[in-house]
Amino acid sequence: MAEPILLEMRGVKIEGQTGPDWLPIIKGVDLTLRKGEVLGLIGESGAGKSTLGLAAMGYKRGGCRISGGSIKFDGQELVGATRNDLRALRGRRIAYVAQSAAASFNPAHNLIDQFSEGPMIHGLADRSTSQAEAVALYDAVQLPEPRTIGFRYPHQVSGGQLQRAMTAMAMACKPDLIVFDEPTTALDVTTQIEVLAAIRKAVSELGTAAIYITHDLAVVAQMADRIMVLRYGNLVEEADTRRMLSAPQEAYTKSLWSVRTFEATPKPASDPAPLLQVENVTAAYGDLTVLHDISTKVQTGRTVAVVGESGSGKSTLARAITGLLPPKQGRIVMDGKALAPDFRRRGKDDLRAIQMIYQIPDTALNPRQTVAQILARPARFFTGLSGKALQDRVDDLLALIDLEPGVFRSRLPGELSGGQKQRIGIARALAAEPRLIICDEVTSALDQLVAEGILRLLDRLQQELDLSYLFITHDLATVRAVADSVVVMQYGKVVEDGPKAQVFSPPHDPYTELLLSSVPDMDPDWLTRTLEARG
Amino acid sequence: MSDPIDTMVDQAPLPIDTETKLRRFWRLLKAAPLSVWFSLVVLACYAVLVVFAGVIAPFPETEIVAGSFLPASAEHPMGTDALGRDFLSRMIYAAQNTVLIAIVTTLISFTIGGFLGLLAATLGGWLDQGLGRAVDVLMAIPPLIFALLLLSIFGTSTLNLILIIALVDATRVFRMARAVAMGVVVMEYVEAALLRGEGLLWTVTREVLPNTIAPLMAEFGLRFCFVFLTISALSFLGLGIQPPAADWGTMVRENAALISFGEMTPLYPAAAIGLLTICVNFIVDWLLKISSGLKE
Amino acid sequence: MNSLLRLAGTRLFYGIITLVVVSIVIFFAVELLPGDVAQQILGRDATPETLAALRERLGLNDPAILRYLSWLRGIVQGDLGASLVTGQPIGDLVIGRLGNTLFLAAFAAIVAIPLALFLGVMAALYRDTWFDRTINTVTLAAISLPEFFIAYILVLFFSIGFSFQMSGPLAVIAAFVLLALLRGILQARKTGETSGIQLVIAAVFLLILLNGYFRFLPLTTEPMRVLPSLSRMSEDTDFGERIFNSILPMLTLVLVTTAYTMRMTRANIVNILAAPYIEMATLKGVPPARIIFWHALPNAWAPIINVVALTLAYLITGVVVVEAVFVYPGLGQLLVDSVAKRDITMVQACCLIFAAAYVLLNMMADVFAIATNPRLLHPK
Repeated sequence: MAEPILLEMRGVKIEGQTGPDWLPIIKGVDLTLRKGEVLGLIGESGAGKSTLGLAAMGYKRGGCRISGGSIKFDGQELVGATRNDLRALRGRRIAYVAQSAAASFNPAHNLIDQFSEGPMIHGLADRSTSQAEAVALYDAVQLPEPRTIGFRYPHQVSGGQLQRAMTAMAMACKPDLIVFDEPTTALDVTTQIEVLAAIRKAVSELGTAAIYITHDLAVVAQMADRIMVLRYGNLVEEADTRRMLSAPQEAYTKSLWSVRTFEATPKPASDPAPLLQVENVTAAYGDLTVLHDISTKVQTGRTVAVVGESGSGKSTLARAITGLLPPKQGRIVMDGKALAPDFRRRGKDDLRAIQMIYQIPDTALNPRQTVAQILARPARFFTGLSGKALQDRVDDLLALIDLEPGVFRSRLPGELSGGQKQRIGIARALAAEPRLIICDEVTSALDQLVAEGILRLLDRLQQELDLSYLFITHDLATVRAVADSVVVMQYGKVVEDGPKAQVFSPPHDPYTELLLSSVPDMDPDWLTRTLEARG
Repeated sequence: MSDPIDTMVDQAPLPIDTETKLRRFWRLLKAAPLSVWFSLVVLACYAVLVVFAGVIAPFPETEIVAGSFLPASAEHPMGTDALGRDFLSRMIYAAQNTVLIAIVTTLISFTIGGFLGLLAATLGGWLDQGLGRAVDVLMAIPPLIFALLLLSIFGTSTLNLILIIALVDATRVFRMARAVAMGVVVMEYVEAALLRGEGLLWTVTREVLPNTIAPLMAEFGLRFCFVFLTISALSFLGLGIQPPAADWGTMVRENAALISFGEMTPLYPAAAIGLLTICVNFIVDWLLKISSGLKE
Repeated sequence: MNSLLRLAGTRLFYGIITLVVVSIVIFFAVELLPGDVAQQILGRDATPETLAALRERLGLNDPAILRYLSWLRGIVQGDLGASLVTGQPIGDLVIGRLGNTLFLAAFAAIVAIPLALFLGVMAALYRDTWFDRTINTVTLAAISLPEFFIAYILVLFFSIGFSFQMSGPLAVIAAFVLLALLRGILQARKTGETSGIQLVIAAVFLLILLNGYFRFLPLTTEPMRVLPSLSRMSEDTDFGERIFNSILPMLTLVLVTTAYTMRMTRANIVNILAAPYIEMATLKGVPPARIIFWHALPNAWAPIINVVALTLAYLITGVVVVEAVFVYPGLGQLLVDSVAKRDITMVQACCLIFAAAYVLLNMMADVFAIATNPRLLHPK
């Protein structure tokens, strides 16, 4: 590379305060970025990638401190630089794009005023000039109605558009470096691809360097020239994107790469009787109808994946089935018997037959109860066990989810890792000895490695206990991994419903087609190819 | 790269603090600011006065032992009041009277307000709506004014005072308890209990209540201060704890005339009130700070 | 714009309903009275005949609902009824008193609110510095003290006066400050951030501490007999004298409410400064002053207005005790006297006025909050 070095970090150490103690977040990382280069920073939660990205701007969040190392931007040392020096750099030469555009735009001002703020305070342009530039950049990031959209307020613009407006804002001063901090994580896949395309186009036209932070390998593969893998505040591996994807060196990197290869155990070809039938269900929150005439079924021992983007009504379907939201029309049939619409009117056996596992393990377990209490209560409630038999049952349940009973029995949820909490959530569902388990986005709050462990566990339990799963998710990779049949939902309606092989192979319904083609591949050429294919 | 890397990462138990809660609290306390230490010592002194008032006080509570308005002397370190009662003894008995009445009142208001708040949050629906509206109306009247209205109707007796202040304060406790419980009720573990078919009482006492205890405890300190100050204010106005019982607010009122002679005596009971509430506030402030710090 | 007006209208309507319900509560609370008002007035020496006559005169034989309606009609027409004790029309008594109370509350508010907002914003800006911590401790102490304590301290200092050897009390304070500083210095040594200023301050306080024993500095306060301890005022008291006479009650109210308002302001501003859009502004290189005035303030209006309304509401309740201390001829004093005399019609009238002011303030705060909400100002 002939380009000069733009950003150089040497042995950067950052600590965060918890109570009276300072704990390391970044444990001495080196980073070099040349002009015009796009560097991908990837890692799981707690890897310190956002902290490192912000450090590139000489910025640390409240409760953090840079305890060592050097950060040089274009020859200028940022560690220990004065506020005024940093202020002159920020926005002007280094810009930032945040994860949540909705929260990072000031609700009290319109988009174009927030755009012009940077050029005006840095003395680069007056209001009218920078507004003209705003329109040009809005056009470049493919915002609709670029002339007028700037006069809207943040709450009047959709999430994907806001994220593009924020990219445009970051480019307002034509910076040398832009830090993208998970800019598409909060978006749906069909929106994500548009934002990715806009960012890539704008970055390459401006020739700016970028640090692209994400946990999603396929996304970073589209954006970055070079990738750095972080874990627990350490650099694990660093290489050019193509080499990193084709030939990862470190064990950790390899394991990250292999996550997406998991496939559930194939089921026998037979066609078992339906366990749960959803018949023409329509449900509403007040006047807002969320589910329109939904029909589907789950067979004994099989997994049905319900997939859709936010607002598709997939979680509402779960609430309708469990009886938390009694349907307005239609009925839920279990084992040939119609269930009462409201869960309060269902008998113990009906309640027992359907159990739920939740998305966020932290809120799914009572933090004041030990693991043994959490598992014993449903076991006792549904199966009437007590005394020694109940204790044995708790130990059996823990063994079933691969957790050592002697160690975990007396722990509180606060003393468990995220994956362990999710396992306890599974065990609590199993304690009722259910027929059907509804899994509501059970892996989306977990890191990929942990999520894979959960999927494997669920697969094994299905084999051993002949369970049926209704798997609600927005992630098509998960669907591919676990589903026997797939229900695609959009705007509260079923778009497509059938065996996985059928849904995933052409011809598709147009929405399914869009959904499938929007999921990024690990192939660095995927974005270019897909955009070309779409024209 | 010493971490084992495989998909069974979940099986490894996290290292946990083997430190007991008591030790942990002691460690936090050692790092507490000076104001907290000072407050704890002061509160301990108050507690001794409340429990052993009869033993410590040199003279009985209401007996006339000397001439009126005597200046401080060896026998009467704070002098005597208008009737010739020993001022210091009355200060000590007042600690017992005032603090106990305030604690009882706060307990009643917490029992009523807290229970209804938790119930309203868990049940929702018409009960929540109804209670919420009723409390809105009661809270639309300033608390001291409302207390005065009720006192004028029912008359001033200690029992009336306790019940009236408890009622007025219970509206605030209700609001707070409901808000805290609402944060817990939306948690999925409560939904899981309800979906299991658990009864209301079980859900409230086992799933909701334990998770509201910490914020409710801090609130108890604040409500106690409010109740204590309100009772003192009413007593100062002559409408609270009635003579001849010794009480700090009443003592300020009875001896206020001495101020015009540059005498500090009437300020002692006022300072006793202030010191107690300051110390409670310091401790609550610190507790809130460490509990919010622990969450992060 | 329509949704804005509709929301504000709904809130106004809601406020009026609340007022009506509050009036019902105040009126019917009296019905809980053991016996009735006639028995209350006549006491033990009531004969059945006198009771019946009085009930007739007071209209107590009508159903409560009719009496409520005529009471309400009277109030709407400006007739608050007659005092139970003296028989005088309540309206005449109340109007002057209300004026005095509003004067005092306004006087206090004009001083307290700007001061509290300023201190609150400063504390939020310099949060977790010594300035913030000092302010936090002082205001926490101030809101914990009973109003009458603060009032009498002010009286002692400004109107009665007493010679006071400051050395002793100052030495006690100095001892505490020194202890705190010592801890600070020890902690700072660990992290290697000792500053010279800390040592200088420590030296100064050590001097003050030693002075408590050796008395080498003559630290005495002279009596200041400058302000009146009683707020005498009649209808022909001129404005300047009114101000002068109410300085001490005003100062008491200012001390209490400033602490309270400042803490709420700080909490609200800190809340807003933690928002992601403030971090974004910092990362755009926006100078601090612009962050406060352009980014934080437009979003802070609703909470600030709410704080102001709460302060005014607090002043309204606070005046009751302060008026009693300074024998200030206001509505609070009248209410307390009436409660003592159990003049129930008078109490009802006073309570209704206080409650109405309270409800109206809260309602106005809500309407302003709605009017400054960007989401409502610029609907989709």
